Amino acid sequence: MELLLQQVLAGLANGAIYALMALAVVMIYQAIDHLNFAQGEMAMFATFIAWQLIQWGQPYWVAFAASVALSFLGGIAIERILFRPIHNAPILAQLIAFIALFSILNSCAGEIWNFTIKTFPTPFGMAPLFGERLISTHEAGMIGVAVVILGLLYLFFRGSRLGLAMRAAAANPDSARLVGIRVGWMIALGWGMSAAIGAVAGMLIAPVVFLEPNMMLGVLLYGFAGAVLGGLTSPGGAVVGGFAIGVIENLAGTFIPYFGRELKLSIALAVIVAVLLVRPAGIFGRAVLSRV
Amino acid sequence: MSVPPTDSAGFIAARRASALPRLGGRYLAIGAATAVALLLPAVATNFVIFQLTLVMVYGLAILGLNLLTGFNGQFSLGHSAFYGIGAYTAAILMDKTDLAYYWTLPCSGAVCFLVGFIFGLPALRLQGLYLALATFALAAAMPQILKFQPLEAFTGGVQGIVLIKPDPPAGLPLNPDQWLYYFTLAVLLVMLAGAANLANSRTGRALMAIRDHPIAAAAMGINTALYKTLTFGLSALYTGVAGALGAIAVQFVAPDSFNFLLSISFLVGLVIGGVASIPGSLFGGLFVLYVPNIAESVSTGLAGAIYGVILLLVIFVMPSGAAGFVRFAVARASEWRAPHQGTPAARKVKGL
Repeated sequence: MELLLQQVLAGLANGAIYALMALAVVMIYQAIDHLNFAQGEMAMFATFIAWQLIQWGQPYWVAFAASVALSFLGGIAIERILFRPIHNAPILAQLIAFIALFSILNSCAGEIWNFTIKTFPTPFGMAPLFGERLISTHEAGMIGVAVVILGLLYLFFRGSRLGLAMRAAAANPDSARLVGIRVGWMIALGWGMSAAIGAVAGMLIAPVVFLEPNMMLGVLLYGFAGAVLGGLTSPGGAVVGGFAIGVIENLAGTFIPYFGRELKLSIALAVIVAVLLVRPAGIFGRAVLSRV
Repeated sequence: MSVPPTDSAGFIAARRASALPRLGGRYLAIGAATAVALLLPAVATNFVIFQLTLVMVYGLAILGLNLLTGFNGQFSLGHSAFYGIGAYTAAILMDKTDLAYYWTLPCSGAVCFLVGFIFGLPALRLQGLYLALATFALAAAMPQILKFQPLEAFTGGVQGIVLIKPDPPAGLPLNPDQWLYYFTLAVLLVMLAGAANLANSRTGRALMAIRDHPIAAAAMGINTALYKTLTFGLSALYTGVAGALGAIAVQFVAPDSFNFLLSISFLVGLVIGGVASIPGSLFGGLFVLYVPNIAESVSTGLAGAIYGVILLLVIFVMPSGAAGFVRFAVARASEWRAPHQGTPAARKVKGL
């Protein structure tokens, strides 16, 4: 029983990161109807920037804030420079642009900071929380930060004028433009926020998976899976999906004998596909209806 | 056409007449390309011949993906798995049963058709990105399944299987590389002809109708579920045969060469070559094989970055792939020759 509780909590801690990635994915998806394949690499790059600042003697939180701010600006710049000019191109062509961005960021990070594995500090410490062996302070911190960010985003989208404008631009660009919302900039803002959320996720997961150019690949896949499981049209669903993936993955790895650990990614994906067969638009997603 | 023909026979005759010069040009291009392909081994080194064999193999795999994505509108990130199944089927058959290498191709094709058809059944429920995730699950699981311990007696586990290069038939003045090239070329031509005929047939039009408007297609009496699963199977068959050819050409199969990145390569080749274009698939094969090598030769450390920049440039210059670019150029050229009689197609392209 203690093992079960421990694994569920550990799963929730990983799930917090997947939830953040899933949320970042859904934010860009809502704005432009595409999955950002380069999301993980953007987060990885931001984490490397924070690491470099810490190496240069900056305190953790200064590096953290600088990295989030730079990611925000970087996200906007990527949208303006790369994706704005091709927003009318066929969907598959835009997908290739994401793959290109992935390749560029990964390769540049490898060239600048090389591929040796680096440790990344945690502000929460790695000691067991409350003296129990169930969960470490860092894992508790990951869950806490994820929940705080989700809460802030909820308030931003529900309560602020800008949040409302962003939702309008995503839901109905033409009508939004007619009431004076600058739809193009709302999309850029969505990219910036999504990049910033990704940066937070990267810096939180780096102490666990260690810092190197390929560190986000697995995390992003779980994030995608979480977003799709929850439903790509539902930010709240994406978060629940992310937590669920973390728990499923951990439980499958621990409790399925013999091949559980080897095949845990496959098992998690099989579970998702099974769920999707019952609910094709994700657990919390809305099916898009079209007029014929 | 000044007077619109009134009877359907006249209309068809008029269509034939106007289509003839274009068709003639097309056959000329196909003939020229085949002639060049036949003569190349006489002048190229063995390594280049080997690379060109792989270009054809990748082109065939991309053609398989194109049948599914380009013609039928179903998205797949799982074609590395079908390619892997085809390769492993061929390798296991050659390794365990002494079957001649050419008999492994139909076997691989049949196995992949079956797997693809079965996988197409649940895929019926899913669309777009949800289908992408389901097929991605297949791609992610494949290397792990191939490494799976209970199957090691067949798959060779992490070590994979080493194959022997087939000898050319006695009496032909060819070395093994040249023979493999011609063998692959022959298979490729047969499969290309099959795909082209399919695309021009009643079935092909049904597939495209499903892609363009599934509800309208169903209303016209097309059995969308049947056609979609059959396309999944056929697409897997093409990619599986490519996998078998690839295994014979490389003489080696190992689980990690059939990972998710291979699916991404196929996707890149599909888009760069041109969605729903059969010759475009071959151009995609060329791109997928050579451009990473070119990037590597410019700078080893930044190879990925250079590859990415090349991809972006190609997408910016020709967003609908090489095939779309050629169509655009041809339309522009014919408009330039006869400025007052621009065809509707040309006007449409210009309006883009």
